[in-house]
Amino acid sequence: MKETKKVYWKGLEQLTNNVEFVKNADKEFPEYLPINENEEEGPNRRDFLKMMGFGIAAVSLAACEAPVRKAIPYVKKPVDVDPSVPNYYASTYFVGNDYNSVVVKTREGRPIKIDGNKYSEVTGGGSSTQAEASVLSLYDKQRYTDPQIAGKKATWEDVDSQVGAALGAANKITIVSYTNFSPSTQAAIAAFTERYGNVDHVMYDPNSSHGVLEANLASFGKRTLATYDYSKAKTIVSVNADFLGASLNHSMNNKQFAQSRKLGDNKKDMSRLYTFESNFSLTGANSDYRTPIKPSQEGKTVVALYNLVAKGLGQAGLGSTSEEKLPNIQKAAKDLVAAKGASVVVAGSNDVNVQIVVNGLNSLLGSYGTTIDLDKESYLRQGDDKKMSQFVADAKSGTAGALVFFNCNPVYDHPKGAELATAIGKASISISTSDRIDETSKACKVVAPDHHYLESWNDFRPVKGHYSLSQPTIQNIFNTRQAQVSFLTWAGAENTDYYTYIQDNWKAQGMGEGNFQTFFDKCLLEGVYKNFTAGEQPAFAGDVNAAGSAVASGKAGSGLELLVYENAALSAGFQANNPWLQEMPDPITKACWENYVTVSPKHWDDLGLKLGDMDTQLADVSVNGVTMKLPVLSQPGQADGTVGIALGYGRTSGGKVADGVGANVYPVLATKSGVNSLAASGVSITLTGEAYKVAQTQTAQTYSGREFVVQESVLKNYQEDPSAGRHTLPITDASGNKNHPYAITLWNGHEYNNHHWGMAIDLNSCTGCGSCTVACQVENNIPVVGKTEVLNRREMSWLRIDRYYSYDADQITDETGIKDELNIKETAAANPEVVFQPMMCQQCNNAPCETVCPVAATTHSSEGLNQMTYNRCIGTRYCANNCPYKVRRFNWFKYHDNKQFDKNLAMNNDLGKMVLNPDVTVRARGVMEKCTFCVQRIQAGKLEARKESRRPEDGEINTACASSCPSEALVFGDMKDPNSRISQLLKIERKDKMAMAKEPRAFHALEELRVMPNVWYLTKIRNKDESKNEAHA
Amino acid sequence: MIAESAIREPLVTGGKTAHDVTNDIAGRVEDKPAPSWLLAMAISLGCLAVGGYAVAMTLWDGIGMWGLNKTVGWAWDITNFVWWVGIGHAGTLISAILLLFRQRWRMSINRAAEAMTIFAVICAAMFPVLHMGRPWLGFYWALPLPNTFGSLWVNFNSPLLWDVFAISTYFSVSLVFWYIGLIPDFATIRDRAKNKISAAVYGALSFGWDGAAKTWSRYETVALVLAGLATPLVLSVHTIVSFDFATSVIPGWHTTIFPPYFVAGAIFSGFAMVLTLLIVTRKVYKLEDYITIQHIEMMNIVIIITGSIVGIAYITEFFIAAYSGVEAEQYAFINRASGPYWWAYWSMMTCNVISPQLFWFKKIRTNIASTFILSIIVNIGMWFERFVIIVTSLHRDFLPSSWAMFYPTKYDMGVYLFTFGLFFTAFFLFAKFFPVINMAEVKSILKATGEGAGSSSQVAQEAEKIEN
Repeated sequence: MKETKKVYWKGLEQLTNNVEFVKNADKEFPEYLPINENEEEGPNRRDFLKMMGFGIAAVSLAACEAPVRKAIPYVKKPVDVDPSVPNYYASTYFVGNDYNSVVVKTREGRPIKIDGNKYSEVTGGGSSTQAEASVLSLYDKQRYTDPQIAGKKATWEDVDSQVGAALGAANKITIVSYTNFSPSTQAAIAAFTERYGNVDHVMYDPNSSHGVLEANLASFGKRTLATYDYSKAKTIVSVNADFLGASLNHSMNNKQFAQSRKLGDNKKDMSRLYTFESNFSLTGANSDYRTPIKPSQEGKTVVALYNLVAKGLGQAGLGSTSEEKLPNIQKAAKDLVAAKGASVVVAGSNDVNVQIVVNGLNSLLGSYGTTIDLDKESYLRQGDDKKMSQFVADAKSGTAGALVFFNCNPVYDHPKGAELATAIGKASISISTSDRIDETSKACKVVAPDHHYLESWNDFRPVKGHYSLSQPTIQNIFNTRQAQVSFLTWAGAENTDYYTYIQDNWKAQGMGEGNFQTFFDKCLLEGVYKNFTAGEQPAFAGDVNAAGSAVASGKAGSGLELLVYENAALSAGFQANNPWLQEMPDPITKACWENYVTVSPKHWDDLGLKLGDMDTQLADVSVNGVTMKLPVLSQPGQADGTVGIALGYGRTSGGKVADGVGANVYPVLATKSGVNSLAASGVSITLTGEAYKVAQTQTAQTYSGREFVVQESVLKNYQEDPSAGRHTLPITDASGNKNHPYAITLWNGHEYNNHHWGMAIDLNSCTGCGSCTVACQVENNIPVVGKTEVLNRREMSWLRIDRYYSYDADQITDETGIKDELNIKETAAANPEVVFQPMMCQQCNNAPCETVCPVAATTHSSEGLNQMTYNRCIGTRYCANNCPYKVRRFNWFKYHDNKQFDKNLAMNNDLGKMVLNPDVTVRARGVMEKCTFCVQRIQAGKLEARKESRRPEDGEINTACASSCPSEALVFGDMKDPNSRISQLLKIERKDKMAMAKEPRAFHALEELRVMPNVWYLTKIRNKDESKNEAHA
Repeated sequence: MIAESAIREPLVTGGKTAHDVTNDIAGRVEDKPAPSWLLAMAISLGCLAVGGYAVAMTLWDGIGMWGLNKTVGWAWDITNFVWWVGIGHAGTLISAILLLFRQRWRMSINRAAEAMTIFAVICAAMFPVLHMGRPWLGFYWALPLPNTFGSLWVNFNSPLLWDVFAISTYFSVSLVFWYIGLIPDFATIRDRAKNKISAAVYGALSFGWDGAAKTWSRYETVALVLAGLATPLVLSVHTIVSFDFATSVIPGWHTTIFPPYFVAGAIFSGFAMVLTLLIVTRKVYKLEDYITIQHIEMMNIVIIITGSIVGIAYITEFFIAAYSGVEAEQYAFINRASGPYWWAYWSMMTCNVISPQLFWFKKIRTNIASTFILSIIVNIGMWFERFVIIVTSLHRDFLPSSWAMFYPTKYDMGVYLFTFGLFFTAFFLFAKFFPVINMAEVKSILKATGEGAGSSSQVAQEAEKIEN
């Protein structure tokens, strides 16, 4: 190419070599730009660009602000706190006067689960429903966050100076508390007493044992309770004493009673329980013979029993009563005499005379030293009704002086609470140590809030020589102070550190062996300490004749009679603000979220009410001048002419959950003599005509004779043939051979090479207490849905206890039509028998839910579990429809972070959420959920074993329900391990990939569906001559 | 060419010519909307809006807005689903099976019936999505799509998944079948169009139809092929829907009789719905000459037959339950007839078994008013049939502890209303903008009697002449 030599001039200036041009020729902009490049003269162009760039960047950064992370990592990690590794601390549950030795599970420093302490000989390793649920009360917004003076937030210094001055000026101080059996607390109160001189400590109990205590004082010379051992009893008679339900230490009672009911190859005999009662209690539900009586017959029934037993033993009786003709009473007396030395009579009456006769009767039967131990006395109830009534009178007259309410709420739970509330205002100073807002603390001038029990040090002596320790499992969340420390501070004690105070107190009482610290640490580790040497049983020295004639001359009840009771969920109502307890259905009525008047079905008909779908009416109930508006509930087995109402409801300052739920019946307990009485007569019930619905989780009364659901028999038949009561449907094949339905199948089965988890549920030892249901709720983050949603039948419980009454089989004759027969079978008998059937996911090997899920969200594991994958679930609910056990639960709404479900405290505020189990997902709206056999515990257990290169040991992995069960009715384990408890119990044989139980009592619910559950039930065996259910089934 | 007997009643009365047909049918499309149409459309849109609120609330707050519970996991949702799917059966049956059987009376009703099918299936398809707890995921997780969830696949064992395939196949085939049939008629409207917009729109819709003999030949071949494809679907869709229940373990669901019983029920309700709609359309559009009493009578006969099959199925269920000796199964059926939902059961029996028997009387089956009333009664009965099967079986199954009642909420009703709104909005739009009768085919049966014979190709030539 030819080279071009053309030159292109930039302008004439270049041609002329203009000086200006040459100077600027190499610059980008040769011409002058009117921009200031000098910094001193202010921001220039580049600065503007820089600032704009920064501004845009800053604005856009601010717009996408990083989320605030509330989880703060440890700067210095505590030695024993590892993320995701739980720690367990032995402690003691003590709320109100309710006690349980427990083990607290903490995760990252948060207590999240309460289990029973297996070392405790007092509570027997079980955990009561209330103890299980109590962990949520730690994270309750109802708690005081700071001390208060006159309803305003104050500092501890102000409180101490004001209290110190006021107490110093008072000429008398009364401390009111529930029963307290903490040695160190008593020492602290003693120090306080010493400081101020005229200090009176009044102990009371909302549902008191005053009568028993006074009777023991009269009969044996000591005002204490006896400990009972039902496991040794062959014959048990209960007269209105619900020792299996909401009574003191019921988890131990359940354990012992269940022991006496267990059957097996080596134990073919069991105890027999007679119940004479007005309301249908858990004890009545577990009895072999139950006789409805009126509360006014209570004492006379005991006298009648005394007479009959005395006659049987050839001894003198008391004045005869017509109650000797009560059904079953002769038989009961005969059995008591026959089982002399292994029998026990308990009565629920708060009447001293009745209890003296009971003591006399037990003494006749030689129960002391065998089934009843008065040497190993129990301190669980010490309340004195008379003293408390006197206190209320004193407070009203202003002679009680300065008032200190030590963790008690008498304004709510004392019969004269309303009067007390006004009296509190008159006192020179009133102090409450309540840890949360309640009726009493609201009435008090000063609130010095105590720690929650999970934040406290404490010691307890529930039973002579038996100690139980509390230790903090979390730093106090709020600005609270342990009540004992408050007492010590006000007493001006040198040492106000309660931890060392307890140790000093123990040392002072001469406790400990060897090195005290080592000893104390061991006690703390185990949570309990036993230092008991058996002594003599005191001899009966009561005047049974005088007591007997006083009882026999008692006037007959007039009109409709009421017996107030504690239900298994709320008990005395200390934890009324706990939604887990509020939503726990009563084991008998299956109702939740309020109290109601239980009436007999006859009474129900007389009122003109009709059984519908939870339909009822509100009624005005007046008792002893107290009128309450309560719904009426038909209760089969309720004695005619009696009604029952549960305690613990009707709070006014109990919190979001508790307030406005039900009515308070404590005022009804008031009597002229100042001793609480659960019974009242002359009750009137007038329907208001207002339609109402009581939320129940089950409305069917019976199992309609469906033997494929529940199978039962009587002891006599069992002794002859252990498979008695088993219902099998042999199928005949083409060649005429009879076969078990399991012999023919289209399924291929599952190969289980490692574990095969299973559960055995003994219907005989399940007492229906319901502690498993709450344990499950806590462990698995199960939401509370509230009354409306329970009415809509959408409660979320993964584990429920089905309660079935027996029907009146005698009504069915050959002429009865099909429809009438069904009606009879669906209606409970007037005084029915009860069977409880815990029902959870049966973990079917041929699971009908698994095949129908379109997206394979529910699948079978290699260990026999039916797994639910929440994040795959699209919520077609097909699995729930196809579940023959109806154990699947659907998230109809979003239950967390939703104002509509603000009663679901555990999921709707930051504090409440601390209780959630981090190992279990909180389920989203629109997904299905169900029992997983606590798969998180299985995985954790397997991991633990793997770390140590071993197989998991039997018992090491346990579900929440099984570990909470006081009666050990639920046994969980590996059916692949021939030595496991479950394999032994069910006599598991493996055949065709399947585990088959050879135990004659073992059965599958709905066996003929061949879904092959991994949950086995053991037949219910009643110790009676003929079973109502079996007779005509 | 089909030789017609002189005795046979003419299928189209009133001595209509091909031109009359075009005017009668296409004229409706070209006219301004009638006030009655505007009113009907407004009501439909109103239903759609009110129902839309219920749908929105359900999606926003959750399935808890409905009356379902732990025991009754399906109620109105799946009842409505099965009901709409059932209704959607008549169209294809009329078009496909009757085409294969050369039932030429179908020609004047198949278009509307097919449209009804399409809309009913759309309404039905709403429910499987709406009833999900998490529809925003479920609508595509239920499809076997390649994915990144570790290649998580659907569960081919689940009848719900079979439903997905069955319904979507049925819908696609029905839609194509319907649309192919519409093409020549769209072309007619295109050619008659007086303004540019309709010319353009119908021109696009008619896919460049040229009316050539070859095109007609292809058209007929495609129609036959699609009819062949659609025929098994008529039977398979409801069979598969019935598997949702039949393959389960619940007493009252676990029944092998379900497939034929459901198919019969579906045709039964589909024909009833076709009658309901056509009696109105016929009156409003003055189509008495095309949709004659003979048509109505033929359809009523189908209703007697299918209604009787359904009735026998009901009785057989009872017999089998008694004969089985299975306590829970026996109870389920006693409970149906005499339990708390007895009224639903007896409504079903009255509407489905007793009322269609009235059609044995010629007077009743050839009377427009009685046919109209009975067609509605049949559909009420068929809704109750699904309600009875679903709710009364679930509400009391094996364990008495879980027995519960189901009470619908206003949101249950609202969602049902929504599908009505959707259905009628779509149907009225169809009736206004699409030719409600297959003009091309009807022209072939104009002179079925008498001296001339009308084959579709002749008609096409005629049509061409007119166009020119």
